[in-house]
Amino acid sequence: MDLLNAFVALANFVLIPGLAYGSQLALGALGVTLVYGILRFSNFAHGDTMAFGTMAVILITWWFQSIGIHLGPLPTALLALPFGIAITAAVMIFTDRTVYRFYRKKKSDPVILVMVSLGVMFIMNGVVRFIIGPDDQSFADGERFLISARTFKQMTGLQEALAIRTSTAITVVTAVLVVAVLFWFLNKTRTGKSMRAFSDNEDLALLSGINPERVVIVTWLIVAALTTIAGTLYGLDKSFKPFTYFQLLLPFFAAAIVGGLGNPVGAIAGGFVIAFSEVTVTYAWKKVATYTLPESMAPDGLLQLLSTDYKFAVSFGILLIVLLFKPTGLFQGKSV
Amino acid sequence: MIVVDDLHKHFGGFHAVDGASLEIRKGSITGLIGPNGAGKTTLFNVIAGVHKQTSGRVLMDGEDITGLEPHELFHNGLLRTFQIAHEFSSMSCRENLMMVPAGQAGETLWNTWFGRKRIADEERALRAKADEVLEFLTISHLADHKAGQISGGQKKLLELGRTMMVDAKIVFLDEVGAGVNRTLLNTIADAIVRLNKERGYTFVVIEHDMDFIGRICDPVICMAEGKVLAEGTLAEIKANEQVIEAYLGTGLKNKDKIA
Repeated sequence: MDLLNAFVALANFVLIPGLAYGSQLALGALGVTLVYGILRFSNFAHGDTMAFGTMAVILITWWFQSIGIHLGPLPTALLALPFGIAITAAVMIFTDRTVYRFYRKKKSDPVILVMVSLGVMFIMNGVVRFIIGPDDQSFADGERFLISARTFKQMTGLQEALAIRTSTAITVVTAVLVVAVLFWFLNKTRTGKSMRAFSDNEDLALLSGINPERVVIVTWLIVAALTTIAGTLYGLDKSFKPFTYFQLLLPFFAAAIVGGLGNPVGAIAGGFVIAFSEVTVTYAWKKVATYTLPESMAPDGLLQLLSTDYKFAVSFGILLIVLLFKPTGLFQGKSV
Repeated sequence: MIVVDDLHKHFGGFHAVDGASLEIRKGSITGLIGPNGAGKTTLFNVIAGVHKQTSGRVLMDGEDITGLEPHELFHNGLLRTFQIAHEFSSMSCRENLMMVPAGQAGETLWNTWFGRKRIADEERALRAKADEVLEFLTISHLADHKAGQISGGQKKLLELGRTMMVDAKIVFLDEVGAGVNRTLLNTIADAIVRLNKERGYTFVVIEHDMDFIGRICDPVICMAEGKVLAEGTLAEIKANEQVIEAYLGTGLKNKDKIA
């Protein structure tokens, strides 16, 4: 019984949150990795693009709520998502046309494009704060729990409860669907193959019938969809705050680099590696330890390795280790 | 067919191509020879749109094609292969070939979702064509192998195969024979000659193997230090004083190669 309780506590505080956070990171890292693989630069504006996309979704959600459109038990934000993606896609294409294309035509070095993306980041950052403000925004509605703590305790008679929040379930299901569609797209369709070809060998792709501008536009469209979805899921699961989204840039890059930059499978694996490391290191293991260890060995302290305030240090640590010992990442991406 | 007019390409202070002028006749297999560093590959890269010229012009059938993007040149029927064979390593040989033709229905996002039947028909046709090309090049058995895993010589054949997927007018082959064994080299030479005769491709071949050049190329153009030294049949080139000097300049050993 104690072991079961320990497992339920672990699942409730580590496994399920890790799974949800990992899915969000995976979607974000996929965006980073696609831009790196195809456009060949590290897009620092990624976190703020995500904030922008989520902001668009939130504004539309609020509008829907105000005119009385709801999705029943599901959050209204899901309904607003396609519109948010469309707006974000339009903004990204506009950014590409006005900013990135200029440097691409000049065949600028990747490092210049990185600096350019830094500028785009600051502008996005300002735009988002200007429109929606720097504060926390909550936009989740519908049922809060799929299984609430009380129901679970009543059902099983255990001391520990396993609560599954609607947002967690939606996050995981959406992530699985999005990844499935993305991989089908990249592996089975001509457009997807062109993107892979472009990432694999740009010189050759340019000397084939592949239109690079079209590949670039499709990439931005996909990245817009991925970031908006990732941001909305993160916002539903936690809350929306522009600064938090900017900070997510580090775990995104850590995930993409751990998996191997430019490699979509790697980005997903990396997302989960980072998420689970972060959750495990910042979790207070006291409860689990009390259940599993004999009473005499019960711990006094919290058994928390790192305060949650320092959770970004985990991504940073992993990033350093990977860059030092295996710069191509777990799945043989491009070396950084 | 192709006229290169006083072309210059400088990398910083280094003049890789230094005022080269030449003409490539339609339907010919022109050999381009010269010691290492003569600017042959740079000339190719400028013509193929990879590098921007410093000055000068390139004309194709009387039209100015200087500075066009590689994929635009591709649309005009100007194709090239690379000194070190390039391939999409994570795709099969057949997929590599199927990537080549431009303007496929599957290229637009709209068709990806709503034009499935059209894409399926087109893919079937492309697949048949790719298999035909692989057959022609005697590498049918490699159709489903990942292109990254086949041998260097087979990659060169695959590169040649890429040019057959579209109606090329002129094909630039950069050291197509380098690192390729004799048997495979014969296959490549046969394929080049057949493509030239049967489909009317014009070829420009960079090659160091003089037997290979002598067998398939007429005329031969010799470059050195970024300039065109001489043009003629291989025999005339071999007799040319300047050419011998250019090769001798890089070491006595090369004299045997020329003579």
